[in-house]
Amino acid sequence: MELLVSSAIGILTTAGLYLVLRLRTFPVIMGMSLLTYAVNVFLFASGRLTIGAPPILVKGVETYTDPLPQALVLTAIVISFGMTAVVVMIALGSYLGSDDDHVDDPAEDLTKAPEDIV
Amino acid sequence: MTHWIILPVVLPAILAPFIVLAARYHIGIQRVFSIVGVGALIAIAAGLAWQASDGTVTVYRLSDWAAPFGIVLVGDRLSTMMVLLTAVLALLVLLYAIGSGWDDRGRHFHALFQFQLMGIMGAFLTGDLFNLFVFFEVLLIASYGLMIHAGGNARLRAGVQYVLFNLLGSTLFLFALGSIYAETGTLNMADLAQRVALIDPAASVGIRVASVLLLLVFAIKAAVVPLHFWLPSSYAEAPAPVAALFAIMTKVGAYAIIRVYTLIFPPDLEVTVGLHGMWLLPAALISLAIGMVGVLAARKLDRLVAFAVIGSMGMVMVAISIFTPTSVAAALYYIIHSTFAAAALFLIVDLVRSGRDNLELKAVAPISGAALTAALYFTAAIAMTGLPPLSGFVGKLLILDASFSSPLVVWTWAIILSASLISIVGFARAGSTVFWKAESIAHPVEATLPMRPAALSYVAVGGLLGLLIAHTIFAGPVHAYMNAMSEQLFAPEPYISTVLDTPGKLSTPKEAH
Repeated sequence: MELLVSSAIGILTTAGLYLVLRLRTFPVIMGMSLLTYAVNVFLFASGRLTIGAPPILVKGVETYTDPLPQALVLTAIVISFGMTAVVVMIALGSYLGSDDDHVDDPAEDLTKAPEDIV
Repeated sequence: MTHWIILPVVLPAILAPFIVLAARYHIGIQRVFSIVGVGALIAIAAGLAWQASDGTVTVYRLSDWAAPFGIVLVGDRLSTMMVLLTAVLALLVLLYAIGSGWDDRGRHFHALFQFQLMGIMGAFLTGDLFNLFVFFEVLLIASYGLMIHAGGNARLRAGVQYVLFNLLGSTLFLFALGSIYAETGTLNMADLAQRVALIDPAASVGIRVASVLLLLVFAIKAAVVPLHFWLPSSYAEAPAPVAALFAIMTKVGAYAIIRVYTLIFPPDLEVTVGLHGMWLLPAALISLAIGMVGVLAARKLDRLVAFAVIGSMGMVMVAISIFTPTSVAAALYYIIHSTFAAAALFLIVDLVRSGRDNLELKAVAPISGAALTAALYFTAAIAMTGLPPLSGFVGKLLILDASFSSPLVVWTWAIILSASLISIVGFARAGSTVFWKAESIAHPVEATLPMRPAALSYVAVGGLLGLLIAHTIFAGPVHAYMNAMSEQLFAPEPYISTVLDTPGKLSTPKEAH
């Protein structure tokens, strides 16, 4: 199970980073979502992986799962959800305004010859 | 247990929805509530700073849960000083936003401003790493809204870059928190300080990775090269009062580095030894150099100031990464100076913009109110480049003096001094083009003269510069206080024992152990 979870986190992170580096808003936002999924699973695993164990005290139970990472993941999910919604709206506004969905600055701005500065 | 310490978080948190819900269409009422709220914040912050000034550490347990189980807010000298700094800066920025009418150019400026303050105050006061993440997100999500306030294509594009960069930073922060929790089983800073010290140096791979990840996250916030790429375009494109408020945001990163790397991973801790000297100090020196070279290379006045911010953050980080009590005291002195100087410069850039079509460093016909604006620019540039007589010079001297204990002392002196020279040339060139060369160009005949900026705008900028002058005049007492603050940071036992030993709910089973 450890191998499965850790390789899942690894693949999600790799795919997320690849998509983020595409520098167009849609792939970048998809990549960001994959990265947040990866980090959520990672946070979940930070309390050690246990199967079928209760998170709160019950009489007659010996093994427990750590409840804190679950609370952390819940917070992280809510925050990343909100952040993704915000970035989608801003990116949409930027795309509709300039008819261009590149995340990086347009190249002509950088190559423009410096005009007589002094 | 007094409840004062949570007010800097709760007050803006209540005020912001009130402004959205009750005063949505009345900019006048919004302004009144915003100003009154920030004024109350200053009073509360001053009270907290006074309470902490004799070295007491105040702990506030939310819902009275005892420390490692519940979230705590902690007020010591450093956090209360940063809270006071934020509140004072917020008042002057708010005055400028009202005077220049920026707050009326889009909606919800004041509500977002209050949420932003809530996040910053919480980040300074919290004693829990995950809570620090949450407050980072609060201040970031408010800053996304403020950053694109008043809209415009260039601003939206810069906003997308800013949001995405910070989302990546947040993801990295979560990875760091996950590894810290997996290694230690706690996220309370005081508890972490005790548990990290117990880790066997032979089995410290996990915690070392976690400490470096955490340093990367804070370095993104503090815009240390090579993680500074988000700063120039977002600060340059943001509305001027927002950029001025953002002057405190880079300091949140510096604050977090000081807090975490004196409390949890102190410089003499075996598992993370050498992290600052080997990695952070060279990176900080490069930031200083790149920032000041950027000042000289900038083609627009707003970019110039943004690069000056990177340079001055580099200066702060140089002082922090030497990591002795003297150097951290120098860094704290410089943090106050750099916040006010950067904020003043961003506001002055806006005063210039109000009279010109663009901010390219080319001579155009003189702007109205040019003499006064030029005088303000001159003073702020002296402060930012660290020329005598203003506080930048004092701060730089303190940092140079503290660097003798570092093995890289020659590099530090060489880079700080040459970077200062370059920045002086950059600011002088920009100022002479914008203000002096403009005198030789006549106004086009048919053009109407642009309006003079409002008096309140000048009051705000003058207030920031006045604070800089006060920071210079009272450099002696301020530096003595910074030394006391730094001593408190390097002797964290009272902090740890206050947080962990104050009884609350759930603390009895611990004693039964």
